[in-house]
Formats: sequence, structure tokens, C-alpha cells
Amino acid sequence: MTVYTPDANTPAARPRTYIEAGYTLRSWLLTTDHKRIAILYMISITGFFFLGALGAAAVRLELLTPKLDLLHADGYNRAFTLHGVVMVWFFLIPSIPTVFGNFLIPLMIGARDLAFPRLNLLSWYIYVLGGLFTAYVLVAGGVETGWTLYTPLSTKYAPGHTVMAAAAIFVVGFSSILTGLNFIVTIHTLRAPGMTWFRLPIFVWSHYATSVILVLATPVLAMALILLALERALGIGVFDPDLGGDPLLWQHLFWFYSHPAVYIMVLPSMGVVTELVTTFAKKRVFGYEFVAFASIAIAIIGFLVWGHHMFVAGQSMYASMVFSFLSFLVAVPSAIKVYNWTATLYKGQLDLRAPLFYAMGFIGLFVFGGLTGLILASLALDVHAHGTAFVVAHFHYIMVGGAVSAYLGALHCWWPKMTGRMYSEFWGRISALLIFFGFNITFFPQYILGWLGMPRRYHSYPPEFQSWEVLSTAGAVMLGVGYLLPLVYLLWSLRYGPRAPANPWGASGLEWRVPSPPPKHNFEEIPVVSWEAYDYPPPQEEQG
Amino acid sequence: MTSWLPFWPASASAYADRIDLLVWAFSALIVSLAAPVVVGMVWFAAKYYRGSPADRSHAPTRGFWVEADWTVIPFLLAMVFFVWAAHLYYVERTPPGGALEVAVVAKQWMWKFQHPGGQREINELHVPTGQPVKLTMTSQDVIHSLFLPELRLKMDVLPDRYTTIWFQADRPGTYALRCTQFCGTDHALMGGRFIVQEPRDYEAWLRSSAVDGTLAQEGERLFRRLGCSGCHGANASVHAPDLAGIYGTQQPLSDGTFALADDRYIRDSILMPKRQVVAGYEPIMPSFAGKVSEEEILRLIAYVKSLPREGNRQP
Repeated sequence: MTVYTPDANTPAARPRTYIEAGYTLRSWLLTTDHKRIAILYMISITGFFFLGALGAAAVRLELLTPKLDLLHADGYNRAFTLHGVVMVWFFLIPSIPTVFGNFLIPLMIGARDLAFPRLNLLSWYIYVLGGLFTAYVLVAGGVETGWTLYTPLSTKYAPGHTVMAAAAIFVVGFSSILTGLNFIVTIHTLRAPGMTWFRLPIFVWSHYATSVILVLATPVLAMALILLALERALGIGVFDPDLGGDPLLWQHLFWFYSHPAVYIMVLPSMGVVTELVTTFAKKRVFGYEFVAFASIAIAIIGFLVWGHHMFVAGQSMYASMVFSFLSFLVAVPSAIKVYNWTATLYKGQLDLRAPLFYAMGFIGLFVFGGLTGLILASLALDVHAHGTAFVVAHFHYIMVGGAVSAYLGALHCWWPKMTGRMYSEFWGRISALLIFFGFNITFFPQYILGWLGMPRRYHSYPPEFQSWEVLSTAGAVMLGVGYLLPLVYLLWSLRYGPRAPANPWGASGLEWRVPSPPPKHNFEEIPVVSWEAYDYPPPQEEQG
Repeated sequence: MTSWLPFWPASASAYADRIDLLVWAFSALIVSLAAPVVVGMVWFAAKYYRGSPADRSHAPTRGFWVEADWTVIPFLLAMVFFVWAAHLYYVERTPPGGALEVAVVAKQWMWKFQHPGGQREINELHVPTGQPVKLTMTSQDVIHSLFLPELRLKMDVLPDRYTTIWFQADRPGTYALRCTQFCGTDHALMGGRFIVQEPRDYEAWLRSSAVDGTLAQEGERLFRRLGCSGCHGANASVHAPDLAGIYGTQQPLSDGTFALADDRYIRDSILMPKRQVVAGYEPIMPSFAGKVSEEEILRLIAYVKSLPREGNRQP
């Protein structure tokens, strides 16, 4: 506890915060402060989140009725493609790493910034450039291939702006690669004295695992996208059988990236949830080493499961069996994490605030999404469920129920640290509950629909499915309100919220031992760490 | 299913019943693995909320054996389901001999079916109960996927290759037939009816459908019209392989390897004749790419298949 001084937040002693370091637009756009870049990212990904949500809203409204009536067929296809592309590449993949990873990793390991601050700013500009490409595609008329861009539909038959969309994804990928690289070097080289690997918060471990995937998998996507663009624009045969190509090659390349990308989206969430659970249970995470190594195991095995997207694609039966087995195997480290989180709550001092609501919501939805994922990893069951709304439900449980809940949990937990203001606990809990129930009402019906035989990406469907679709859309309205509420009360708190103390939750991490918001260079002097991670006093003692 | 809130799809085969049993058992697995987490979270929240009087002495933060338990037990339980599902997949992917063979060609946005007797249908597939049916499928454009939900079956349909699927439907009825691989603008409309009939009714349907001869006979006519018989025929002066009885055999190639003469091999030989030349022959055959449609190729294959192993070709 060498650094934490209780009076660090009193006005007289308070050093200038990173926010007070400059108020001009230039001071933000040319900053190399990891905290300011995190805020830049937060603003941009929030914009993309609501853009992607518009696509989802169009899809849900169209599906209120069995017939195609709100949109035209290609309009519907563009809506779900926009939703997928924006949510995956412009929200989910960057979300937690670029906002909370950027803001917190240096603070958590006792460093003054990331290893390459200018590279960090560059990666934001690359992200914005990719975003501009996406905006162009949207304005120019859209793209209707689905986010999976399957060939030869994408290279030959779909009429939209496929090359431009591929370029957008290609560009934004470099932003991911640079962020991953920056995190890896930072975690290796900038840990404070005494901050050994096994004293790192699990959040840092999971970002390390994520960064490894970002650096190794994203280039594969970039190469695949180049091949796609070459075939589409110049007629060079790679995927189109008429040009001597192989359409399945795209699926192999795409999923070799995109399955690990699922772990890019969910591993940071797991890191966040570990922090939330320990912070609000006031207890060391149960089985630290198991939780830490589970992240690494997921990152490694996650590279070997892509073929489970291709059980009905014409892949060899024996290859499918191997991929199925490996997909069961990759569930093991996830299970380890979930059971360890639950055990962490045992005999804790559970502070039932909004971040813990989100964390528990994450755990529940992730467990259900993960276990239904095992149904899809089971060969004969996938044959029925593949390509249906069942798959949509499964990955939304992981990506939305999981990753977005964790993002919002992190937003509430670290909001006081990032902004220096407390959010409204009442509204925080209300929105967490709205999101949890709204989410389940939206997506649980899609499991039923999928098993009944409702394919995904359908704008028209048999009338007997309508009741479930209406229920799903009703849930989506609730979910939408749940997502808009934080936008309102968090912005409100910036002006009217009470000032946050340095450590409002009584948490143990290094980031809570500096003032809220932190000064420009984080630490007056680099701390010397002599304690373990999650160094909470035994719960019984704190009671007195 | 006409209920206003359907919950489970109808089942048209014994195989579908086996899938349903597996998924119910899997649901039990999900409940048993998720219950400790959900119950644990709710219980701990109720008991250990901040400041509650609960006893918190000896709160554990590690334990090797408990980690081993919740790693190994769920994994072994899951392995039972891996093997169970893999076994059913093996059954579903291994067609028995003597199946009724139906050729399927998909295109944006329709399904075309050709029965061995030469009957053709669009967006409707009639099959008899109690007999294995094997579909050999290809696409004229993008990737599609044939989904027969009441059989719990699905297989992608790709351009430039054949995929197969087999089933034995057991309960007569009219069921759904849908495309589940996103294939462009009217993907959602690329469906139809899957009609399972008693063998007697199926025979009646076959007879009522107008045909110009069986699929093999149509193939034979094509074989002559396209000029194939000029070289591969009995009296041909050009040195070309005799096709009688080659289907399903290993053919020696000029590069010293062997190729199985299956549907794909025949298709490739028509479209890319120079790729796999049979040993002892010159690569003189022209490509028929662009000159025959996928449906015609399937008829030619049916014809080659029908040629007997011994003796001369049928006149």
C-alpha cells in the first residue's frame, strides 16, 4: 500500500488530471496519453455501437411479420450485413481492449503509458479510417453478402460494394494488430518493480492472451480479404470455381481468423468479469493460476477449431470429427473460469452494485450461450441447427449477453476512475436488469425458432413462427431501452454526478491507488509492488 | 405444426427421433452443468451480501482437487455426447447401398430434382417411405444448403462439386424444404415442399409425371447428341476409353496414380478432360465446359452408371 494516500483527492493535494491536461480539440486529437486515446476510442465505438444497433432494429422490425413488407429483399440483406460488419469489427473486437485495455493496463501494471504511445494514437486513426470506409459503403448503397462474405456469392454474384467493405475490414484490422502488439510489449517490459507475472490482475492476463490472437490471426483475415478483392475486382481466380478456384478455401481462411476472433471478443470480457467479481466480492479470485492459464489455453486451442463452422459444408467427415473434439476441448478452460468465478463469490462481501449485476448477468448468459455452443459442436446436432436462428441465438448469448454485458460492467466499474464522477447506482441497476431480461426475451425465442427450422438471414418466414418472432422483437425493444439508459445517466453524471474518490469500491488494484481521474503520467513515482493481486483483507475482519 | 406457439418440429424419420433423444439428453447435461453456477450465484448473493451476518471464516481462495473435479467431470460427461453425436453423424454421412438416387441442382433461387425414372420437379421433392434415398447435389452458382428440418438433416450444395446426403423417411406427410446458406436476394424464398409418400402413392406419382424416358436414357440421348459416342462408342475409330462398367472402379492414370471413377470424376472428365487422363490414352478430348448444364451432366453420369460391366453398350 505504498502509493495510496487517502488525501490524494482533496483539491489542494490533487495533481492535474489527464482531463485537465488540455481542453483544445488539438490536445485530444494529437494526444499520446493512453487514457485520452481510450476516451477517443470510447466515443467512436459508442457511435458504431448505435449504428450497428440501427441495423439490428431494421431486422427485428422486418421480422415482426412473416412477409417482406418493411424493407425490400436486398435492403433486409444490407441491414443484417451492416449490423454484423459494424458490430463485429467496429464494436466488439475493439471494445474492451481499446477502451479499458488502453486505459487500465498501464495503470494496473504500474506504468506511465503503453510501450508505444504514438503507435497507440496511430491505431485509433487507422480505426477511424476503416470507419470512414464503412460509412462510405453505407452511403453508397451498402453491401449484401452477410458479414461472413462467403464466396462465390461475395466475389461474383452480390451486387453491392463488396470490395469497399472488404477494404474497411482490412484497414481496421491493422488497428487491431497495432493495439495487440502494443499490449504485448507493454506487459512484457513496463511492469513496475515487484509486479511479477503472477501478481498481474487477471484482466492483464486475458488481454495478453487476446493480443496474441490479434497479432497472429488478423493478418490471415487481411490476406483472405486481399484475395477476395483481387478476385472480385480483377477476376483472378482463387475462390470462384468458374475461374479455377475453390469456394471452400474462403471458409477455411475466414474461420481460421473468425473463430479466434470470437475469443478476441470474449477473452477481454472474461478479464473484466474477473475484476468485477473480485472487486465487488472483496475477495481474491478463486484459483488465480487456473483462471490465468485458462486464458492462454483458450487462445491456443481457439486456433484449432475453425472447422466446426463447416460440418455441413462438404468438409471430410473425419476432419469434422477432429474439429468437433477440439471444440469440446476449448470449452474446458471456459468452464474452469466460470466455476472459479462462482467459487470466488463464496464467503465474500458481495456489494450488489450495478457492475456486479452485469458480471453475474455475464456469467449466467455466458454459461447458457457456451453450453448451447456445445450443441453446435456436436456433429449430428449441428447438422440440424447449423445455419438457423439457433446459431444466431448462441453467438448473441456469447457476444451480446457476454461481451456487451462485460463492456457495460466495466464501464460502470471504472467510470469513476475515468471521469472522476459517480454514476447513479439506482439507474445502473435498473439498466442492468432491463438488459438481462430484455436480452433473454430477445434471444431465447431464437433457440426455439432455430430448432423448429427457422433459417437465419430470412426476411420472410412461415406464419407459424410469428409468435416467437414478435416476442423476440418485443425483447429487443426492452434491450434497446436498456442500452440507451446508460447513455443518458452516464452523460448526466459527467456534470451532476458526485465527485468520485480515488477508490470508491475499496478495490485492491493499482489503478485504484491513484486519484480519480488519474494525473497525466499516472504515478508520481513508479510504485514498488510488494503484495499479491487481489490483496483483500479476509472478509470477516472487514466487517468490524 | 399449425399451433400458434410451436415448440418442437415434427419428426419424419427414425433418425430424427434419435436426434431428438440426443438433444433432450444434451439439455439435461446443460442443466446439470449450469445449475451449480446459477444456483451458486443466487445463493451466495442472498447469503453473503455485504454486511450480512453469514459466517465467512476460512474463506478458500484455492484448491487443487476442486479445480480438478470441475475440470475433469464436465469434460468426461461432455465426451459421452461428443461420441454419441459423432456416431449419429457417421450414420448420417454413410449411405447404404441400393438407395434410390435423386439428383439435385440448386440455383438462385430454386431447387431442381431429377428422379432416376426421369421425373423432374422444381421446389418439391417426392420420396417414398421405408426406402433409403440418396441425394447427389450440386449448384449452378453460389453455395446453397438443402435443409429438411423434419428429418433433422442439412447439407451444403456447392458449385463445381457434388455433395451427398441420405435418409430414410418413415412417416408420410408434407414437410418443409429450405435453403440455409445465405445465397443472395431471395434466399428466404428458396424453399418448397418435401413430400413423403407411401410407396404405393409414390409409384402413382411417378407414373403421373410426364417423362421422356429414364434419366439414364436421357443421358444416352445426350451422349449421342454431344458427340461423345463418336469416340467412346463401340464402333469408334478414335482411341478413347470404353466407359462400360467403369463406374465405381479405380482407373489407372497416365501419371501412374489411380482415380476412383465416381460422380465427381466423370464430371471433371467432361469439363476438364486433360486433368486426369487414363493410362494408355492421348489427351485429345475437348472440354465440354459451357456446353452442358449441371442437369445434363447428371444425366450423363446416370447413363455411364447404367452401363453394364460386361459386354457391349446398349444400342
